[in-house]
Amino acid sequence: MLAYVIRRVFQSVVVLLVVGLVAFSMFRFVGDPIENMLGQERTGADIQRLRTQLGLDRPFPVQYYRFLANAVQGDFGVSYRQGRPVASIIAERLPATLELAAVSGVMAIVVGVALGVFTAIRRDGMAAHTIMTLSLIGVSLPTFLIGILLIYLFSVELNWLPSFGRGDVVQIGWWRTGFLTESGLKALILPSITLGLYQMTLIMRLVRSEMLEVLRQDYIRFARARGLSDRVVHFRHALKNTLVPVITITGLQLGSIIAFAIITETVFQWPGVGLLFINAIQFVDIPVMASYLMLISVMFVGINLIVDLLYFAIDPRLRAERGTAEA
Amino acid sequence: MAEPVLSVRDLRVEIPTRHAVLCPVDGVTLDIAASQILGVVGESGAGKSMTGNAAIGLLDPPARIAGGEIVLNGKRIDNLSRERMRRIRGKEIGMVFQDPLTSLNPLLPIGEQLTETILEHLPLSRREAEQRALNALEEVGIPGAADRLDSYPHQFSGGMRQRVVIALALCAEPSLVIADEPTTALDVSVQAQIIALLKRLCRERGTAVMLITHDMGVIAEAADRVAVMYAGRLAELGTVREVLTAPSHPYTVGLMASTPLAAKGRKRLIQIPGSMPRLDKLPSGCAFHPRCPKVADRCRTDPGPTREACGGRAACWFAEQAA
Amino acid sequence: MTAAIARAWQSDFVWSFRHSPLAVVSFFVVLVLISGAVFAPLIASHDPFDPATLNLMNGFSEPMKPNAFTGEVFWLGTDDQGRDVYSTILYGMRISLFVGLSAVLFAMVLGVTLGLVAGYVGGWTGTVIMRIADVQLTFPAILVAMLIFGIAKGFTPVHLRDQMAIWVLILAIGLSDWVQFARVVRGATLVEKNKEYVQAARLAGRSAGGIMLRHILPNVMSPVLVIATISLALAIIVEATLSFLGVGAPPTQPSLGTLIRIGQGFLFSGEWWILLFPAATLLALALSVNLLGDWLRDVLNPRLR
Repeated sequence: MLAYVIRRVFQSVVVLLVVGLVAFSMFRFVGDPIENMLGQERTGADIQRLRTQLGLDRPFPVQYYRFLANAVQGDFGVSYRQGRPVASIIAERLPATLELAAVSGVMAIVVGVALGVFTAIRRDGMAAHTIMTLSLIGVSLPTFLIGILLIYLFSVELNWLPSFGRGDVVQIGWWRTGFLTESGLKALILPSITLGLYQMTLIMRLVRSEMLEVLRQDYIRFARARGLSDRVVHFRHALKNTLVPVITITGLQLGSIIAFAIITETVFQWPGVGLLFINAIQFVDIPVMASYLMLISVMFVGINLIVDLLYFAIDPRLRAERGTAEA
Repeated sequence: MAEPVLSVRDLRVEIPTRHAVLCPVDGVTLDIAASQILGVVGESGAGKSMTGNAAIGLLDPPARIAGGEIVLNGKRIDNLSRERMRRIRGKEIGMVFQDPLTSLNPLLPIGEQLTETILEHLPLSRREAEQRALNALEEVGIPGAADRLDSYPHQFSGGMRQRVVIALALCAEPSLVIADEPTTALDVSVQAQIIALLKRLCRERGTAVMLITHDMGVIAEAADRVAVMYAGRLAELGTVREVLTAPSHPYTVGLMASTPLAAKGRKRLIQIPGSMPRLDKLPSGCAFHPRCPKVADRCRTDPGPTREACGGRAACWFAEQAA
Repeated sequence: MTAAIARAWQSDFVWSFRHSPLAVVSFFVVLVLISGAVFAPLIASHDPFDPATLNLMNGFSEPMKPNAFTGEVFWLGTDDQGRDVYSTILYGMRISLFVGLSAVLFAMVLGVTLGLVAGYVGGWTGTVIMRIADVQLTFPAILVAMLIFGIAKGFTPVHLRDQMAIWVLILAIGLSDWVQFARVVRGATLVEKNKEYVQAARLAGRSAGGIMLRHILPNVMSPVLVIATISLALAIIVEATLSFLGVGAPPTQPSLGTLIRIGQGFLFSGEWWILLFPAATLLALALSVNLLGDWLRDVLNPRLR
């Protein structure tokens, strides 16, 4: 068990280092950082001073190391576009994205699992068929289109919900939350549906297909042969066995919610790190792009790692085979 | 004679398909008394498992009981509602499946699986149920049972797992146990142990047993009486001694001649030519007639002589009148 | 010839197609849309992105209503510059389809090549290739595409950025997608590599490249084609998304995604048609291609047979 954990952690660190290298290379080679930071009027002395300050005259590995060291301490450089430290820009905008992602994620899981179980148990009913057809649409539609349609319906036509922004936010320490105001909560509704819909349909279809598979198993038959009630069979036996593979895949999906937030934030002008990233690409603001990349990688790799270890902890069969299973 | 625990009369199971209605069980009639083990033997597809599934009410749709009746301890059970049948399952009829590895939920400790079954059917407290579970494990011969209540199925060997399955089938004290190929998935060395266990437990509790298998050796070892099935119909029914040493139905005769245990002395095993017909291509009259060495014209046209019609224990025009 | 068609008509594949109403409908929708794109220069009223054909006075015409100034009727209305929406959709689809197809082609060529090399040559090269693939797979394709677009944009001189955007987009989407081709081909190559015909070719003195290209490649192509079809559906959606976000096709050479982005700006001021029609077209395209892909996957899935 320990060997497995160590191996996974080592793999994660390697991936992070590779990503760090990519990010660093972006900094170093794309465009000229000096030019970007100093603008038109600059003297030779200015250039030389900045070069030394940024350490650009040192050998490549040294620069890479300094870059990583800085990053770990939270220094991500200075945005070309805004002239402020990237770290503080990200810190400002992160709560918005995290709140959105959390609400979407929870909604996707709860509704997804519930619908998945329902359509598996009552697989031949009208409701199940309707839901499955609708889910096909949910998977095929691009996220931004869903967002636009929702805006059209609920903001333009019905005027029930706001179509952009976060509403009023309350500052608690370093965090700005939209949970505590009515306008904040209203503003969360359409974006979280947009962001979570794709994940929800995926989870629902996954849970359904896994559960159908489980319900065909011999141990379910044997449970019925012992006279156990439907409720016990479905929720005690089948659900548990269904959720084990679902957890892995769901966990990985949730990581990508943070990335897909980029789209939703753009549609709704939601002031999070996703919108920040898009603007950075449009303006070729390398420090922001690279920092976002590293942040996302840490999240992804971290989530992957946690999910793997969780899977290990849940399935008693894996604990017996010490780390021989491939994820 | 005391009333039999299980009484099946003229059972007919149908499966409607796109092209035709298949009939995997047709006109099966048998009785099992308390403390008695009835073997149901036949090739794959002969309808043995279907008969067992019909008895316990676990036919997978679209298969359904289309005729006849099943009586358990004097009460009809084939026409009960889903809910009432569910209460009978486990409590009055227990079932043992073929593969112990897939029969047990891999994510639940076996103590749990035992306790939940006991709690479902017997009005006991949780403590009492757990004690019962422990007793059940000890009875089936699991060493160190107290420690193994928390173990998971994959932590047992194949033979031990099947013992656990038997414990599960018996823990609510049913009057009938249906064992569907209980030894087929086990090593030969373990098979004998499981059979012995089943025999002992059922004698001790007076449980009736329907032992479904394709292995004549198991029948010879364990059963008191045996029913031979062919293409969904009952070919022969009698005591093990009678059927194995002096079979009446030509199919049973052929079966004995092709089995090592019964062939004793013969140098070569004789195979019955041809193979059992598929359900959608059943021959007219007696289902066995295309392969039967004694076939006569009557066999081809008459819609299958039943055992009773022949007045004996075999469904064949040529069977002698047996007591 | 007719006998061959007759036989194909009877085959399982076509049978299941004919019996699946969704597949048939989707196929026709896709066919209509693709024809629209291909024949755009012939059936559009004008090339909406040629400034010479524009008349600003035509701007903001409502669909099917004669324009207040010029009296012209436009089926689907016009946008703020006087561009006929019907024509912009046709030309926009050209870009969408062109980028999608090119990107998949690029991904396929790159992925298959790397897969062949990784499988046949193996060793360090193979491991490196597959490790890179694994790392890339940790991230969603869209994110990778965005990143590559951003980096490539950084390398392009500012005045060329609009023109190069389409090509950068193809590069970005293609690079984000090669991994699945490489994996499948590598797996298949490992299997084929040990077969007799490969040994024979080696003994006959053929070069490694020759063997990979002429012997192994034809035998690993069938799963590749399945993946390619499904990839195409995804590529179209990824392109639309990127263009919508503003990091894709520029307004001077807009794809459907760009048109939707532009249209969103007019949503609240009442010119709903500038958004709705491109959106509806993309909807139809995305749904049909997805449904077709789903059906294809089911039909070609050996497990379900």
